[in-house]
Amino acid sequence: MPGKPAIIAVMKPNDSRIATVEVLYFARLREVFGCEREQVELPGDVHDVAGLTAWLRNRGDAWERELAPGKPVRVAVNQDMAAADTPVGNGDEVAFFPPVTGG
Amino acid sequence: MAVRVQTGDFDAGAEMAGMRRGNPKIGAIASFVGVVRDLNEGADVAQMTLEHYPGMTEKALEEIVAEARTRWDIYDVLIVHRVGTLQPTDQIVLVVVASGHRGEAFQACEFLMDYLKARAPFWKKEKTPEGARWVDARKTDDAAADRWR
Repeated sequence: MPGKPAIIAVMKPNDSRIATVEVLYFARLREVFGCEREQVELPGDVHDVAGLTAWLRNRGDAWERELAPGKPVRVAVNQDMAAADTPVGNGDEVAFFPPVTGG
Repeated sequence: MAVRVQTGDFDAGAEMAGMRRGNPKIGAIASFVGVVRDLNEGADVAQMTLEHYPGMTEKALEEIVAEARTRWDIYDVLIVHRVGTLQPTDQIVLVVVASGHRGEAFQACEFLMDYLKARAPFWKKEKTPEGARWVDARKTDDAAADRWR
């Protein structure tokens, strides 16, 4: 019997654990996208709300139109109102919705 | 202190009576009730559907109540907001504030409504003769919230 085989671990240049986020849509956006919630695997270069928004916009059509810069879209991360530079990472819940109209 | 999101109606009188009985220090109770109108932005409204973000709604309302408590000496707060389908003349929202004297109760009640309208994740969809439409947010609502800064 040969000796213990050498184990060569295949290392990737960067830590590329897959980051998954739960994305929710409300009100008009839910209707226009035809989607209430989805699990999204974040590309490695998406780290914040602005990055996720831009990535979703790349889907084209309604996504490009509704998430275009200047559109009145609000974003919450883990149920707190977020800004463009709010970090987004594995396990986060990110919601997109129009300005609120309760009361 | 309590916040509730519910489909059913509420009884403002009963809620206030319960609050009053629970605390003999209370000297003033101010309340606000929001009601569905039959006319909005020039169209007849036959029906309205309210949607919200379960989880975030309660959290946002609790934060608004906590903010009011840092600003005024208030003894008790109740916010009830309805969701689902409502008709004109139906009640939508109730805010009740109890304090020792009227000044705090009046001011905190108005503050809570202004912040709720600007920050709590609810959305209204109206049914009109021209079809259903999502209600647009009003700049005046943001301005109303901003004046408390």
